[in-house]
Formats: sequence, C-alpha cells, structure tokens
Amino acid sequence: MNRTFPGHQDRSPLHGITVVVETAGGETWVGRCDDEDAERVILLDADVHRDGEEGSGRDEWLSKAARFGPWARHPRVVLPRRAVRALYRLGDLEAG
Amino acid sequence: MPYNPILVRPMREELLSAGVEELQTADEVDRFMAQKEGSALLVFNSVCGCAAGMARPGIRMALDNGKRPDRVVSVFAGQDVEATAKARAHIPDIPPSSPSMALFKDGELVWFLPRHRIEGRSAEDVSRDLTAVFEEHCA
Repeated sequence: MNRTFPGHQDRSPLHGITVVVETAGGETWVGRCDDEDAERVILLDADVHRDGEEGSGRDEWLSKAARFGPWARHPRVVLPRRAVRALYRLGDLEAG
Repeated sequence: MPYNPILVRPMREELLSAGVEELQTADEVDRFMAQKEGSALLVFNSVCGCAAGMARPGIRMALDNGKRPDRVVSVFAGQDVEATAKARAHIPDIPPSSPSMALFKDGELVWFLPRHRIEGRSAEDVSRDLTAVFEEHCA
C-alpha cells in the first residue's frame, strides 16, 4: 500500500516502515527507516546484532524482533549504502 | 514534545466513539491493570500516519464484529506520556512501539501486535487479526 503523508513527499517509500538491514560486515540492523537512497540508509530507534558477539544468535535475535519489534538502542544510524547487502521490511518476516 | 491537542483530538475521538476508554494518568493505568478477571485490550494510540491511520479503523471494525474483549482501553503515546510509560512498564519485556496493541486474559499477556505488523497493511487486515484473536481469547 503506497501512501504519502504531508511533509513526507520527498522521502523514500520506506519512510516510517520498520526494516531489516543486513550489512556486508556481518551486522543486522532493525529500525524505523527515516530515508534511504543510493548513498545511505537512515534508521531511527534501531537495534543491531553483530555476528560473533555474545548473547543470542542472529536468527533467534531476528525472530524476537519480528515478533515484538526492536529495542530502540540507537536513536539514529546512518549506514553507507555500499555496505548494505539486504534491506527488507521486518513485517515480511514470520512472527514465529 | 506532545503534539498540539487540536491535532490529536480526532485521533482520540476515533477510538472514544467506538467505546474505547482512554487512560490519561498512571493511576488510571494501574487501576486498569489491577483488574485481572476477563479479557482486556490495551491500545497504544499514536499520531504516526504510516500505521495508526490503519490501526484505529481496524480496531473499530473488529469491535463491531462478533466477540470483543470485556474491556478496551487506550493510552496515547507521545501525548499522555505518564500513562503510556506506566502502561509500558506493565509489559517490560516488549519493546515500546506505537501504534501497538496488547491483549490480556485474566491478567496475563496473551497476544501483542507491534507497530511493524500494522505498517503498510490495511484497516481490514488489522481488523482480521483482531477478530481472530478475539475469537480465540474472548468470551
């Protein structure tokens, strides 16, 4: 469903949508997309999982995010587009 | 900073006119949560046009449609800050998002619909989810 809201016309269609961003460096970010273009992806209220870090594995972490949403540990993150391997809606994942 | 109350009023009234009780203070939230018996839907209302614009009509449709919770209340995120913080404190394992919805049965959280499961969907889709969960958990 494509809707445009006043003041948001110049933003990406993903503006306001909670997305998953996988990077080539082994990071998986989940957050609300503020904007994205050929240069960068800007996320608000995002959380990140890094391969190899302590705690739950990526699949478990992502499954929990898909079920309940992300914790807002990073108010604003700018990811270089060249590092982005995949970008998709969190809502497209099965809630589990 | 909360939005202008004039801007928010129609968003409040959209739920109020469907019989949803609005909780505006932490005490009101605590009183609501202290009532354990039966089923209760807690809505985190929101200004967010991307999702709340579909959540509110979805709730209205579902409440008109067969089984419904014994109690239906809302808090307004970003507006009634104290009430919203208190409501979120009652479900500390769930990351805050708005709009979102939580269904309790006999005081236990049995279902939660986060914001990202509303984004990009229609009011009919939201209503369908709610109707299914009301059928399962409400008398």
